[in-house]
Amino acid sequence: MFPPSFEYSAPGSLSEAMALLGDLGDEGRVLAGGQSLIPMMKLRLAQPAHLVDINGLKELSYVRREDGHLAIGALARHAEIVKSPLVGEVSKSMAAAAPWIADPLVRNRGTLCGSVAHCDPEGDWNSVMLAVGASVVAASSSGERVIPIADFVVDFFTNSLRPGEMVKEVRVPVPAGASGGSYDKLERKIGDYATVGVATHLELDRGGRISQAGIGLTSVHNHNLKATAAEQILVGQGPSDGLFAEAAEAAAQACQPSSDVRGPADYKRAVVREYTKRGLAKALAGARGEK
Amino acid sequence: MTMEIQVTVNGTAYTKDVEPRVLLVDFIRSSLGLTGTHIGCDTTSCGACTVLLDGQPVKSCTMFAVQANAASLGTVEGLKQNGALHPIQEAFKEHHGLQCGFCTPGMMLVGSALIAENPHPTDDEVRWAISGNLCRCTGYMNIVSAIQAAGAAGEGN
Amino acid sequence: MTATHPRTTPEVGGIGHSVRRKEDSRFIQGRGNYLDDIVLPGMLHMAILRSPVAHARLRSIDTSAAQALPGVVAVVTGELMAAHKLAWMPTLSGDSQAVLVTDKVRYQGQEVAAVIATDPYIARDALPLIDVDYEELPPVTTPQQSLGADAPLIRDEKEGQIDNVAYTWESGDKSATDAAFAKAARVINIETHYPRSHPAPLETCGILADVNPATGQATLYMTSQAPHAHRTLFAIVAGLPEENIRIISPDLGGGFGNKVPIYPGYVVATAASLLIGKPVKWIETRTENLISTGFGRDYHMKGELALDEKGRILGMRSSVLSDQGAFFSDAQPSKFRAGLFHICTGSYDYPAAHVTAKGAFTNKAPGGVAYRCSFRVTEASYLIERLVDKAAHEIGMDPAEFRMMNFIKADQFPYKSPTGFIYDSGDYHAALKMAMEMIDYDGWRQRQKERTDGKLIGIGVASFTEVVGAGPSRDYDIVGLKMFDSAELRIHPTGKAILKLGVKSQGQGHETTFAQIVAEELGIPANDIKVMEGDTDNTPYGLGTYASRSTPVGGAATAMVSRKVREKARLLAAHLLEASADDLEFDLGKFTVKGTDKGVTIQEVAFAAYTNHPEGMEAGLEDVCYYDPPNMTYPFGSYIVVVEVDPGDGTWKVLDMVAVDDCGVRINPMIVEGQITGGLTEGFAKATNQWITFDDDGNCIGSNFLDYLVPTAWETPKFRLGQTVTPSPHHPIGAKGVGESATVGSPAAFVNAVVDALWSQGVTNLDMPVLPHRVWGAINGVEAKP
Repeated sequence: MFPPSFEYSAPGSLSEAMALLGDLGDEGRVLAGGQSLIPMMKLRLAQPAHLVDINGLKELSYVRREDGHLAIGALARHAEIVKSPLVGEVSKSMAAAAPWIADPLVRNRGTLCGSVAHCDPEGDWNSVMLAVGASVVAASSSGERVIPIADFVVDFFTNSLRPGEMVKEVRVPVPAGASGGSYDKLERKIGDYATVGVATHLELDRGGRISQAGIGLTSVHNHNLKATAAEQILVGQGPSDGLFAEAAEAAAQACQPSSDVRGPADYKRAVVREYTKRGLAKALAGARGEK
Repeated sequence: MTMEIQVTVNGTAYTKDVEPRVLLVDFIRSSLGLTGTHIGCDTTSCGACTVLLDGQPVKSCTMFAVQANAASLGTVEGLKQNGALHPIQEAFKEHHGLQCGFCTPGMMLVGSALIAENPHPTDDEVRWAISGNLCRCTGYMNIVSAIQAAGAAGEGN
Repeated sequence: MTATHPRTTPEVGGIGHSVRRKEDSRFIQGRGNYLDDIVLPGMLHMAILRSPVAHARLRSIDTSAAQALPGVVAVVTGELMAAHKLAWMPTLSGDSQAVLVTDKVRYQGQEVAAVIATDPYIARDALPLIDVDYEELPPVTTPQQSLGADAPLIRDEKEGQIDNVAYTWESGDKSATDAAFAKAARVINIETHYPRSHPAPLETCGILADVNPATGQATLYMTSQAPHAHRTLFAIVAGLPEENIRIISPDLGGGFGNKVPIYPGYVVATAASLLIGKPVKWIETRTENLISTGFGRDYHMKGELALDEKGRILGMRSSVLSDQGAFFSDAQPSKFRAGLFHICTGSYDYPAAHVTAKGAFTNKAPGGVAYRCSFRVTEASYLIERLVDKAAHEIGMDPAEFRMMNFIKADQFPYKSPTGFIYDSGDYHAALKMAMEMIDYDGWRQRQKERTDGKLIGIGVASFTEVVGAGPSRDYDIVGLKMFDSAELRIHPTGKAILKLGVKSQGQGHETTFAQIVAEELGIPANDIKVMEGDTDNTPYGLGTYASRSTPVGGAATAMVSRKVREKARLLAAHLLEASADDLEFDLGKFTVKGTDKGVTIQEVAFAAYTNHPEGMEAGLEDVCYYDPPNMTYPFGSYIVVVEVDPGDGTWKVLDMVAVDDCGVRINPMIVEGQITGGLTEGFAKATNQWITFDDDGNCIGSNFLDYLVPTAWETPKFRLGQTVTPSPHHPIGAKGVGESATVGSPAAFVNAVVDALWSQGVTNLDMPVLPHRVWGAINGVEAKP
């Protein structure tokens, strides 16, 4: 209910923030939206020694198109992503997921970059990022590097950042041609984590065959899961119900859900199968410009 | 160890010393003595602590007071202006949008932010907007009517 | 006066007007006076250390590090409480409950120690510094396990307790019931668990205890639905002289029965204030509220119906096993160990029933009677409405038709039930008929047959009769205190009034509705009547607000005291008009001499009470009434829900819901509808997601709002409300009370609907919460626990 004590800094520039994080190493934690970190601190499940509050770095608050990608800055709130017309232009999967993150009040503070960095297997954004093939820009006082999302999401609440690094930006590639996507989240109520979440992303070539396929799964593994085998079934093929059913079966087999308060493993697997089918159909309709 | 923060609340500027770990809701209730913002849970789930931060509704239990430095806050006490109740306050009374009153400040603030942007929200739009605020008494129907009525009234309808 | 047309003008605002609430003014301005808003000079803050394990011996406790933390004033342990004979306290059911653990922990979350500090953050910092050595014991997590031969003895401290049975109870006539079953053409049975659920009012429980050493006065600001009863119990338990205890229950952010028990935190804070000589505030967190305070339900029920060849009910049997948690602390009338569960015979006409109940101790928080249950009527109503629906489906009869065939008929009231209740009035056929018309029942049955897109339609009916208004003194007492209630009314010289009540609102609108009763009786505008509740120094003795008793008992007291005042007013009017009292008529606030237009208003009479009273009469215009109800009241209704089930993922949603309620005369229709809407939402919550469960180690799952799932506005359906009005013949204003009807009646409607959708798939029962994976499992023939 009441967090333990900590040191607090609110740097005025990105370079100041980088320098501070570099000095603090493991002792420092970035505070952006705080909608994951602060609840953990209140329950004393996290007790960081020093918080580096980046909310003053207004230059990190952006959602913009750059060369071939959509760039989402560290301070872009979920609510801005819901509202941004750029998001729907680039990724229907992102547009489908954004309104379902947490609840409207949390969306006014929480950030996409913060969720991505958090690597909660029950968090929605990383499933979408895996499906669309996003990448993470990690910044530190030594410079920046770009990490593909599949390398960034390592394990249960574990990312590949080094001490002193923070997520400065997430990049979502702009599809070359026709594309569509979906996010289906089974949740017990608004504000709950997903019982199961399925993100799909499809790109079609000129002939209408699938040129790219992405499937990301929430809450069915130690980390958000890229259903690679299912994706490989789809790529290069002409879309059909039968194809989608095959991919859905592969996705269901790939996941390793646990039996818990949200349901038994078999049930979750069945939902993955069902939602992957439904999601791919929606992605296809979106790619073809249908409603 | 405390820090000095400056925050404007309902148009009044305050300068206060506060420990970094003090939650914004505790700061508002204890340091500022504004007890209309309530605490209903410990997992950022209920929204009874909702305040407006630079016009946006947020959960003040999931922010530190130091993060509100240089910001402008609106609490329920700020809805009434120059002795006149805000249309949302009138509407909540007229439409029986409250019973015990504990969730009401949060509901009204979210409602006031919604109708400022969208004066004629549908039922679904209102329910979506207040889906971060729990009520145990009313079953929500009258809260929805109240917010819609406030929106209509604000437009001079 | 008819039920639907008010006699008074809107300006007077008597019965039947939807008067806008007077109490709203402070709440909409954020100026409510809830417990945590109250601040006293020198106030200290208390935090409680709770056991992380469900069953353990307390080997040792070392508080030295906690006491050394700057800002900590005191650390209280069970040993210190025991030295003051306060380590244990009596419960409202005649058992005892630990205040702070001395021997053994008996549930996860149980109170072990308390820190009092200058600041609530520091109090929390000190808790992990208390070093406790627990020797874990195997926990008992189900009542079945508890009654098994190998179960450890949970209440080993209790003299004479040789097993884990808390109580046994029985009602009805076994031999008559056995005879009915012997000649049945068919027997329907059901086994169902009504899961543990928690009232979770948005404001948690707390106390600001101010035991002032200079005055000897103990002022306890407390979240209490029953301040007078609590005061008497505090006097007895703590040995404080009763006249020196003042309990002030301020604005309450919801109660729903959660604020009826006396919690250890209240006792520890009071003792701490006494020992330290300063005010001590304790406000529990949501986690503490969910893990340790009075929950509702957790009833394992078996029910049977005996039917003749036409489907008419001949008799009913039920046996229940109740999970009471570690202590038997239910707040219910002392004569009824299973509350009013024996109303499980329901809305139906048959002569024989037999009910048996057994309560078992488990290593869980104590409770069971709470959450708008009307003393276990929620469980009873659920059982009979599920049984009746199952019966209809098994014999192939439409569930509405089955009910119509078996309902008690309107001309059979007052109706004596097989377990001894005397239902005061009702017209069950009319309510169900209205509900069926409102929802287009026949249309939905048709659509259900014709659906082809793979989704399944289900229609669920529930026709409940509930029993409230506890209660007549011959049968109803809580720890010996009879369940009357009271009202004290004074009219001021300027014709305004103050009404003081023994009940206590937690959001039900008493400041408005009780004023409306006086307005109806005396013609004084409701807005001119101030209503006071909650301060034991300033209100007459009452048993408080829970089990929907305020209107039936407190409302009756209010009507009766108004009539007493009216009788004195008549004598004053006679004096003013120089006429005989018998020659006066009273209507709509005015006394007139019969056959003339000579009259005086009630306001003129009030002024005269202080300025011109006749010789031989006392001045003033006030009175008090303690009302002992002659019977309970029996609100009823019919609810119909239409759902759509998605077999692909087991989810279901409500397409339409109609609720027809009959609570007799409605004092304020707007407020009545608000109560019903809130109750329907609670029924929906329990049917969908809202439960507390435990793992095999006794860990509580559902001890915070991430796990205990309260629905938001997005999940909650819209409801359409209808009404019939069958006044209570014995109530002074014909009102029955309504606060809990919807919570009582609606859960079965939701479950009946989903089961109806799945009946053709071979599904005959689903327990609450009707989770998607349970639906999916049932459709796919898979055991899908939990």
